[in-house]
Amino acid sequence: MAWFHKSKEIAAKPESPKKEDIWIQCPSCKAHIYKDEWEKNLKVCDRCCFHERLTWKERVDVLLDEGSFVELNAKVSWNDPLKFSDSKGPYAEKAVENCEKTGMKESVATGAGKINGIKVAIAIMDFRFMGGSLASGTGEKILQTAMYAVKHKLPYIILSASGGARMHEGIISLMQMPKTCAALAQLREANLPYISIMTDPTTGGVSASFAMVGDIHIAEPRSLIGFAGRRVIEETIKQKLPEDFQTAEYLVDHGFVDMIVHRKDMKDMLSKILKYAGCR
Amino acid sequence: MSLDFEKDVAEIESRIEEFKAKNPEPTGTLVKELNRLEMERAGKLKEIYASLTPWQTVQVARHPERPLIRDFIGGLCSEFIELHGDRLFGDDQGMIGGFATIDNHRVMLIGHQKGKDLDEKIKCNFGQACPEGYRKALRLMKLAEKFHIPVVTFIDTPGAFPGRDAEERGQAEAIARNLLEMAALKTPVIAVVTGEGGSGGAIGIGVGDIVLMLSNAVYSVISPEGCASILWRDGTKAAEAANALKITAKSLLQLKIIDEIIPEPVGGAHRDFATTMKTTKKVLLKHLSSLEKVSSRKLTSRRFEKFAAMGRFK
Repeated sequence: MAWFHKSKEIAAKPESPKKEDIWIQCPSCKAHIYKDEWEKNLKVCDRCCFHERLTWKERVDVLLDEGSFVELNAKVSWNDPLKFSDSKGPYAEKAVENCEKTGMKESVATGAGKINGIKVAIAIMDFRFMGGSLASGTGEKILQTAMYAVKHKLPYIILSASGGARMHEGIISLMQMPKTCAALAQLREANLPYISIMTDPTTGGVSASFAMVGDIHIAEPRSLIGFAGRRVIEETIKQKLPEDFQTAEYLVDHGFVDMIVHRKDMKDMLSKILKYAGCR
Repeated sequence: MSLDFEKDVAEIESRIEEFKAKNPEPTGTLVKELNRLEMERAGKLKEIYASLTPWQTVQVARHPERPLIRDFIGGLCSEFIELHGDRLFGDDQGMIGGFATIDNHRVMLIGHQKGKDLDEKIKCNFGQACPEGYRKALRLMKLAEKFHIPVVTFIDTPGAFPGRDAEERGQAEAIARNLLEMAALKTPVIAVVTGEGGSGGAIGIGVGDIVLMLSNAVYSVISPEGCASILWRDGTKAAEAANALKITAKSLLQLKIIDEIIPEPVGGAHRDFATTMKTTKKVLLKHLSSLEKVSSRKLTSRRFEKFAAMGRFK
């Protein structure tokens, strides 16, 4: 039988590159899209407008002028103040795995850059690092960047992508909510603009802190934005929730988001708004 | 009502009841026997409460007879003038507040209300405030700022209400707004965690210059049950999660999240309201007196530094 299998294997070996190398399937509408087109379209499905989650580096490429980004607070990393362990083992191991997987030390990258020539301070959350969860290192970087903005009189832009506070750092994670908001209060005191961009997902302790106190709230289409999880709410009220519950569109309808902006238009919209805020 | 880890005490208590029923007017050696039983009960209670596990502490913090905000108002204040409504939507009974006088201090007192009986609990949503509750709290805090009186908040909530209406009216925004405004509030803020400090619902009124905690209160980013069902994939592992999350007053003092523990009487606050009120009042008055001397500029900069330092390592 061995020779038969072998020959079949050889026969099945494709001459051309694998299908997956040429196209991908939209995770939402399942439409097939040429990979080149998908990348060119900034990982947005042109049929259903599904916006794929981006890494922080991809965000830098999409939003900031080429070569303008300078990373700040790069040394700030995750911490394990509780020496936390759960059924899957120590948090420290999980955190190290996430560092290796993402090349990051925490769930946010921060720095300064230019948007169509306008200098900004920016924090970009990355969902790949422990679900973008808010923990001590995250809060510290967001605070330090706010202070940098105050010092250099820059507008501040935060892109959120987070499931909420990180349980593994317990109460310390919870305290990053007042901590980041206290930093934003300093920014307000200095009369500097703060634009919050909510991407998929922006929930829990992140939506209930820095993401929701922007001067301007912008969301990417169809992003999940909310406080409590859908399942928890359904269990609490014993009702099925509408399909569009907690979507960016739903939040616009209820008055909590100023506008929904397609990824390809985000950079230009930001620079337009920043000009109204007197930035140049 | 006794908790499951108190069954030894309950057993002695039933012996005491039995003894009293048999000897309605004890004399001589019978008095001695009764005293011995009372001593045994007190000793057992002390022994149990000296080494509560975090999960047992959660049971005490949630005890149905634990003093609630109305008890604290009654026990601490010579006057309370309740103020209602957020001026935007409604009046949330899950969060109450108003002018209060504690000794010679006029303050704005705000806190979660869980409710005593079922009717009241339903009206208060079991202490789970809605956006209008957080917005009422903020309105009262801004009023306190305007009138130059300190804010005292009492935290006792399983969490902010996870409901459809609450989401639609911006639960996240309401809490977030409070965090930002409290950080900048130009008047002293003292927060007291009296029972359950449930996550965002707790911190939404918890940004204090001084944060106090009753010795059997708990304060956590998520309920132990919630954490267990996510990280252990098993809701029954709540005791383990409670351990890992470091939610007791003692742990939080070590982590520098709270400033002082208000000791409860032996056997928990629910066993002795009078002593609980006396101790709470004493600690509150001490901090009120010292905070009232600090300029508002210094207060806000100290408050900023305090929260900025949380979770800053090396």
